[in-house]
Amino acid sequence: MELAYGHPKSLKPIQTKYCPGCGHGVIHRIIAEVIDEMDLQAKAIITNPVGCSIWADLYFDFDSVQPAHGRTPAASTGIKRMLPDHLVICYQGDGDLAAIGTAEIIHAANRGEKFTTIFVNNAIYGMTGGQMAPTTLVGQYATTAPEGRDPIGAGMGYPIKVCELLATLEGTRYLARGAVNNAVNIRKTKNYIRRAFEAQMRGEGFTMVEILSQCPTNWQMNPAESVEWLEKNMITFYPLGEIKNTLSASASAQAR
Amino acid sequence: MAEEIRLMKGNEAIGEAAVRAGCRAYFGYPITPQNELTAYMARQMLAKGRTFIQAESEVAAVNMVYGASSTGVRAMTSSSSPGISLKQEGISYLCGADLPAVIVNVARSGPGLGGISPSQGDYFQSTRGGGHGDYYTIVLAPKGVQEAADLTYEAFSISEQWRVPVLILADGLIGQMMEGVVLPEPIDPATLPRKEWAVGHSAEMHRPYIHVTSLNLVPDALEAANRLRFERYGKIKKELVRYEEIDVDDADIVFVAYGTAARVCHGALEMARAAGMKVGLFRPITLWPFPSARLAGLAERGKRFLCIELSMGQMVEDVRLAVNGKMPVDFYGRCGGNVPSQEEVFAEVKRLMGR
Repeated sequence: MELAYGHPKSLKPIQTKYCPGCGHGVIHRIIAEVIDEMDLQAKAIITNPVGCSIWADLYFDFDSVQPAHGRTPAASTGIKRMLPDHLVICYQGDGDLAAIGTAEIIHAANRGEKFTTIFVNNAIYGMTGGQMAPTTLVGQYATTAPEGRDPIGAGMGYPIKVCELLATLEGTRYLARGAVNNAVNIRKTKNYIRRAFEAQMRGEGFTMVEILSQCPTNWQMNPAESVEWLEKNMITFYPLGEIKNTLSASASAQAR
Repeated sequence: MAEEIRLMKGNEAIGEAAVRAGCRAYFGYPITPQNELTAYMARQMLAKGRTFIQAESEVAAVNMVYGASSTGVRAMTSSSSPGISLKQEGISYLCGADLPAVIVNVARSGPGLGGISPSQGDYFQSTRGGGHGDYYTIVLAPKGVQEAADLTYEAFSISEQWRVPVLILADGLIGQMMEGVVLPEPIDPATLPRKEWAVGHSAEMHRPYIHVTSLNLVPDALEAANRLRFERYGKIKKELVRYEEIDVDDADIVFVAYGTAARVCHGALEMARAAGMKVGLFRPITLWPFPSARLAGLAERGKRFLCIELSMGQMVEDVRLAVNGKMPVDFYGRCGGNVPSQEEVFAEVKRLMGR
C-alpha cells in the first residue's frame, strides 16, 4: 500500500501551543508540505517573528533564526544574501509586519530581496492579548479599541491592505492573498506558497503570501464563529487571489 | 619587501581593515562623522562581490548583521552615537543569541542630536551593555588611524572566539584624521571555516537543525544561559585586558585617558616632563573589560590619578571603582564636541601639584 497522505517531514509530530481554531497550525502544515514536495528541508531557514508564531521554531523541523519584533525582513535579508541557494521564509504577523516593522518590510520588498514573506493577517494582536492591529477592521473590537476601531473620531486610522501597498514597489514580483477558512482556500493558499517558493529558488525577486487567518481567542468567538466572521468581514475587505504576479512567463505557465 | 605605509583617513582605514579581515557583509546608514566608512565599504565590498547594503535605518542595519551573522559569516555595521543608540536593541539580541559581530561607533557629541564633533560621551552606553538585559560587549578604543585599523581587523576574530559582539569606540577626530597606516594581510572569507553554531548547510554539516534565538521563557533556563555567558565574561576579563603605559613607573600623577583624550594627555605629559614634573599616562585599550586590576596595583604603589575625558566624566567612575579610595582620582573633561588642548591639561596638572 502506498502512503497517499501523511504528516510532513518538515513539521515535528508534536501538538502545538496554538489555541483551538487558530490558523497558524494549518499554515505551518501547508508550508511544511510545500517544503517536502520541493525537497528543501535541509535548505530551509525560517525567521520567526515576535507574536504567537514565535513558537514556529518548536514545530518546523529545519533551521530557524528569531529576530527582534518587526525586524524579521532585515534579518531575512542578511540570511538570504549570505545563503542565496537556501529557502528563506520570513514569517510575520500583522503587528510585526504592518506596525513595528513597516520600514523593514517596505524596504526589503523594494530592494527585491529574494526571500518569501508569509504574512499571517488575523486583524488582531494575538500573543499580547487582543490589541488593535494595523489590519484590524473598522468597527472591530480590540482591547485598545474598546468601542471598536474608530478611524476618524478616535483617530485610529484605517486597516492597511499590505499586498496592495507593496504592489506599487518594483522590487515585488509575486504578492498573493489566501485564507485558511476552508479546504478550498487552504489548497489555493498552498499553491500560492508553492509559486512564491519556486520563484524564490529561481531568484526572481520579492515574494509574499498574505494569509487571512482566524484568531477565535482574541476575537472572543468559538472556532466555527470565527470562520464565519472571517468570511463575512475579512474576505470582503481583503480580496483573495494573486494581487501581483510579474514572475517570468515560464514560471507562470508552470503554475497554471 | 618593505611594508607599504598608506596615508588614510581613520574611517577608510577601519573599512579597509574590515575588508582585509574577511568581512563578508556590511550594512550601514548615513550619519556624520562616519560617512567615509560607509562609502568606502560600498566601493570595496561591491567591487569584491561581497554584500553591501545601505539600510533603511540603523535599526535595520544591525538586524541585517544579526541575520548574516547567524549564517556564520563575518558581518559588520558602523554608525555614530545617535545611530548606535538605535542599534542597541539589535546588540542586545546579538548578545542574547551569542552571535559575533563588529560594530563601529565613530562617536559624536550628545545627548540627543547633539553635534558632529568628537566626544567620549558614549562610554557608559558602550561599557554597560547599552541595551536591555544582562550583558556586556567587548569595547576596543583606538587612539589613532593605525590602531583603529589593527583593532578592527582583530575585532572579527575576537568576536568569533568569544561569541560576543565587539564594539570599536572611536570618535569623530579619529574617523576624520589622516595618518600613515600599515595594513594587515588580507584574509579571503572563503577560507574561513564554517561555524558549528550557524544556520544553513545543515546536510553538509551533518548536524541537527539549529535555532538561533534569544528567547527563553523558562526562568531557570534563562538564568542558566545568562550565568554561562557571565562565565565567559569572566574569562574575557582574565584574558583580553589591554592597556598602554607611558612613563608610569616613576610618575607621581598618572593620566588615565583613552582614544583622542590620551593623545592630548601624551602632549601634556611631555610638557610636564620638560618642566621636571613626574607625570605618566595609562591608556586603556579595552574599555570592557576594563584594566581595573592594573589601576588598583598602581594605586597600591601610591600613584594619584587624573582622568581626562571628552565628556562630563564617565570612565572616571571605573577608575574610582578600581582605585577604591586608596588614592585620589581627579577629573578634567570637555564636552559638546570640544577637545581640550595639551596646555589646558598641563595647567590642570600644575594646579593639582600646587605649582
